[in-house]
Parts: sequence; structure tokens; C-alpha cells
Amino acid sequence: MQATPKTNGAPVIHLEGIEKTYVLSAENIVRALRGVDLKINEGSYVAIMGPSGSGKSTMLNILGCLDRPTAGSYQLGGHNVARMPDDELSEVRGKRIGFIFQSYNLIAQLTVMENIQVPLIYQGEDPRAHHDHTVQLAKMVGLGDRLDHRPSQLSGGQQQRVAIARSLVNDPFMILADEPTGNLDSKTGAEVLEMLDQLNRSGKTIVLVTHDDKVAARAQRVIHMKDGKIDREVVNRPHNN
Amino acid sequence: MRLGTHFVGTVRLGIKSLLLHKLRSALTMLGIIFGVCSVIAMLAIGEGASYEAQEAIKKLGSNNIIVRSVKPPEEANSSGSSRGFVLEYGLTYDDGARLQRTIPGVRAVLPMRIIRENVRFDQNELPCQVIGTLPSYVEIVGVDILRGRFITSVDEMYQNNVCALTAGLASRLFPFQDPLTMSVKVAGVYYQVVGIVQERNMVEQRSQTGQIDGEPLDNNVYIPMSTSRSRFGETIFRRTAGSFSAERVELHQVTVQMQDTDAVETADPQIKTLLRRFHPKNDYETIVPLELLRQAEATKRIFNIVLGSIAAISLLVGGIGIMNIMLATVTERTREIGVRRALGAKKKDIITQFLVETVVLSVGGGLIGVVIGVAVPFIVSALAEMITIVTVWSVFLAFGISGAIGIMFGIYPARSAANLDPIEALRHE
Ligand SMILES: Nc1ncnc2c1ncn2[C@@H]1O[C@H](COP(=O)(O)OP(=O)(O)OP(=O)(O)O)[C@@H](O)[C@H]1O
Ligand SMILES: [Mg+2]
Repeated sequence: MQATPKTNGAPVIHLEGIEKTYVLSAENIVRALRGVDLKINEGSYVAIMGPSGSGKSTMLNILGCLDRPTAGSYQLGGHNVARMPDDELSEVRGKRIGFIFQSYNLIAQLTVMENIQVPLIYQGEDPRAHHDHTVQLAKMVGLGDRLDHRPSQLSGGQQQRVAIARSLVNDPFMILADEPTGNLDSKTGAEVLEMLDQLNRSGKTIVLVTHDDKVAARAQRVIHMKDGKIDREVVNRPHNN
Repeated sequence: MRLGTHFVGTVRLGIKSLLLHKLRSALTMLGIIFGVCSVIAMLAIGEGASYEAQEAIKKLGSNNIIVRSVKPPEEANSSGSSRGFVLEYGLTYDDGARLQRTIPGVRAVLPMRIIRENVRFDQNELPCQVIGTLPSYVEIVGVDILRGRFITSVDEMYQNNVCALTAGLASRLFPFQDPLTMSVKVAGVYYQVVGIVQERNMVEQRSQTGQIDGEPLDNNVYIPMSTSRSRFGETIFRRTAGSFSAERVELHQVTVQMQDTDAVETADPQIKTLLRRFHPKNDYETIVPLELLRQAEATKRIFNIVLGSIAAISLLVGGIGIMNIMLATVTERTREIGVRRALGAKKKDIITQFLVETVVLSVGGGLIGVVIGVAVPFIVSALAEMITIVTVWSVFLAFGISGAIGIMFGIYPARSAANLDPIEALRHE
């Protein structure tokens, strides 16, 4: 990506008192998030760590506008998305956020090319008009010669690279990744992480959930969660673009 | 523009998803195919059958009321066994005159004597119906004069021994000669052939007086009424299978032509009332073609409703099949739905995607059904020698219904797909 870095460092994400409560029954209430306050600057690289069940995925889902908090406010680029209607949330996801999942989540019946173009369709774009752009993205992730392959014909690392290309096709400002290397061996995992580093250098904000200290070490900030709260934060390098 | 390409893309995606499970999609379509096919084929066959019936009835003349002599039921059995007994029944010359005089709105009354005899020319001898009637037969019953002329009022007045033959009988009697210069012999009397005619009507309609199965239908010899009375007398002897019987029947049939169709409806009960007074034995029957036509139309309506219901049920079953498969598909593709939602799909995008799939299934099935449904009546026509009529509206109806079924039965699975929680869907195994 040769997009011009637009890292002015202003907080583009502002969470305040975010709570998420699941009411399973009258006695069984799960408080997945219990008052999270967090600011993320544009262009920063944030890793979220913490024990299983501490609320990392829940938080990432809220950040990604896939889920709405039970309480609290979430300002994304100046808009309160915590109470947005469903259609507008879809719009925000499609235009401004790119997702990378642990299990790749490519669509089985589509080719690499078509998978990369899925987010375009929901922005009302004609995929044919974006052919060159798509090919460029595929080349960037090293799959320029695999455009007609189906996900089942690709290795895990290759699939995850398709997912990265897909997350970039609408040029979002932020990439969210929930344990993107969880299913990969360390070598392919490192390749994927290298790509994320590169994206961050080109100006993308990256939020990544991981259990791996080495992975977290690549981020500028590491946020440690515990029982639905931010326990502590470690700053690896100051954000100085 | 943009919406157009988007829609084409969605349809292409739908077809692609369906092709992923070819057998399943094909089996799902079968329900719709059979439904649409049966709607069109059944309506075509029904339409054809009722068309045939209606044409037959129309030929009898919708302004006519036909009164026919019938053997009274209680004497029908005894007549064969009692030797020498002359059975007397049926319409009389007086009845004809009375109908003409009494019933309002009568334009003409046409009496007929129908006697079964053999007709001879040279070495050829063929069974025939000798119909004694009046010149107005041509207009009232409807015959086409192919050659020569029909019997005239002059023939009637002078009891001329002349006859007209139906074309088929003429060609069988005279394979080599020109019939118009010849005479034929019936019951020992010679009649000069003056014309060749062809009946427009279905001859079976009045052949109950002794039609033998398999015999050609156009075997009529028309002679003047007065000639028939003087040559044959009123008592007709008949030998059947060794036994012998005699009947005395003055008129075998009277066709009452009314001025218009309205008059037909009022005249029918009046005729019955009039005849009942003179015929306590119930030795006649009336046929009202107009009423038959109405009945045929009513029957057709019922027929259409029954066929329509059967077809509708099969379409409904097809629709349920589609819904069933789509629900299974939604479950199977829950994860895909979650991914699409995460990548920016709105609920309505998901609804569209699944609805397009069901509509592709049902409309695809509908198209195949239309093709088969149009082909089946042709095959039936060819094999069963039936008239079938594929109406344009039935094709549109069936096709429209199949599309509607796709939407109707697609809505629920599509909505349940769209209403899945994106996170739940993403977590689905
Ligand atoms: N839909 C749900 N219904 C009920 N409870 C839920 C639901 N989703 C999450 N939870 C609960 O919320 C808590 C936080 O879950 P979350 O998935 O965020 O954990 P996590 O930190 O991502 O854990 P892991 O590292 O294992 O992925 C857990 O206790 C989980 O059981
Ligand atoms: Mg998790």
C-alpha cells in the first residue's frame, strides 16, 4: 500500500464506560465488559492481551461495530456509534473497518478474486471497475497468481493473506484482527504479522487480540485485560509519527 | 445503473450458490416444474375438451329445441318377445302442428321420420337411414349441398320419388358412376338421386334410433316427408336377430327452431307442458342445445377449478420444498452470513441474496415447467387425438404463480438469515 501516511495522532476512537452484559437468565448474568475506558489514536498499533474469558473478543467486536455495548459511549471519528441503527453500523463496518479473523472466514464458493471483492459489493460498487485494484492487492499479499483458486485450494497462511487483502479493499482506516495467527505456524504467522506491520507503517490503525507476547511486542501499546476491565497498559514505543 | 449491475451480480451469485449443490437444487426445482407443468397441461386439456363439446353443441343450433321419440321404458323390454304386437309410441303429426301453433316465438318446426333400411344400387347394398323431412331441413339442421339440390317443396307436394345422399354414402354406392343420373332402390322403391349433401352436424346426435357401432355416420338418404309417409306407411317392421317386431311411430324427431336464444329458454318448459298432456307414456325427450352449452360451460368452470386446485396444491408443495431447502441452506451458511455482515452487508442485502436464490429456483423451475407444460398437450393431442388448447393466460398464470411462490416461501428463510446476530453467526461452526 502506498497510501500517504495520515497519522496525525489524534484519538479517533474514544471508549468511555463501556459495559457489555449478557442476561442468560434471571440468575445468570455475564458481565463480559465492566466499564472500559480507552482512547486509540489514528495510525497506532494496539495489542490486546489477557486471559481467556477476560473480554478481549467482546471488546474487539464492539470496536468493530459488530456489537453494541450495553452501556457507555463509543465515539468513532466524532460519531457516537454505540446507539447507531443496524444499517448504519453495516455502513461503518463496510467503509471504515477491515476485519481479520482467526479462522480466515473466506467464502467457500467464491474465488480469491471474488472473496477480496465482497466488501465492494456492499458499498454498491461494480467489482469489474475495481479489477486492477483487486489484482494489486492480491499481488501485495503474494497471491497474484492464485486469483482463480478457491479457499479450499489454499493453505491456511494463504487464506489469511486473502483475508488481509479483503480487509483492505475498501481502504478502511482501521484493521481489527482477533488472534490472526492463532491457526498458523510461527513462520507463516510471522509473515502475516510482517504484513500488518507494513500496513501500520502505511498509516492504518491496527487493533489486534493475541495470547502471544512476541506478537504483542510488535505493537506500540499493549493493553492487558482482566475480568472485563483494562488491567494495565504497557507502551512499547511511543507513538511518534 | 449501479443498482442494475448489483442486481445482476446478486443473481449470478445466487446461481453460483445453487450450482454448488446441483442435485439438491434440481430436486427442489422438480416440485415447481411439476406444478407449473400440470397447471398448463391440465388447463390445456380441459380447454380442449370443453371446446370440442361446445363446438358439437353449437352445431346442433343454439336456437333449436330438439324433441325426439323414445321407446317408453316399461314397454321397451316386452316388445321383442311379443310376436306380432305393434308397439305404438312417439311424436305424432299433430304434435308438430300443435307445437307450431301453440308455442310463442317459434320460427319453424321441422318434422323427421328416420327409418333404418338398406339402400341398393346395382350390386351394392348398404345400410342407411332414410330420413323423411322437409326442404327447410337445409337451414334448420344445417347441411351443405355439394352437388345438385336438396329435396324441394315441389317434391313434397307431389310425393316425388327423389332423394339426396350424404357424400360418404354416395361414394360407397357409386364407386364409378355419377350418382346424379342414377336411381337407388330402398325397400323395393326407386328414388332418383338429385343431390349430394354433407351434414354440418354431428350425426350421432340423433342416431339413437338404431345406430350400429362402427358403421359410417354419413349414411343418410333424404326423401320428402310425404314420400316417406306413403312409401313406408306408419308401421315399420323390423327383424332383429331372428325375432320380429313392429313399431308404429309417426315422427321420430321434431326440431323446433325458435326466433332467438331468449325464446329458447321460455319455450322449453312450455313444450314439455304441452307434450305431457298428449303423451302420458313419456315416450319423448327434449334436447336443448343451449342448455347443454350452458351445462358444458358450467362443467368447464368446475373442471377448471378442480384442475386449478390440484395444480395449486402441487405448486404449494413445491413452494414448501423450496422453503425447506432454503431453511437448511441458511443454517448451513450461517457463518457465511456472519462474514458478509462483518464486511458491510446490511440486513436487506442478506434478504436479497437468499430471496434471489429462491426466486432463481422457482422461476427456473417455472421456465422448465412452462416448456414441458406446453409440450405435454401436444403429445396428448398426437397420441389421444384430442384437441388441446394452450392458452397464453395459463402460461402467464403458471409462470407468475411460480415466481410468487418463490418470493412467498423465500421470505421467511431470507428474513431468518438476515436477522441472525452477526457475532453469533460468525461463531457458528
Ligand atoms: N453471547 C454470549 N452470551 C453469553 N456470554 C457470553 C457471550 N459472548 C461472550 N460471553 C462471555 O463473555 C466473556 C468474555 O468473552 P470473550 O469472548 O470476550 O473472551 P476472550 O477474552 O475473547 O476469551 P478467549 O481468549 O478465550 O477468546 C466470557 O465469560 C464469555 O463466556
Ligand atoms: Mg476471544
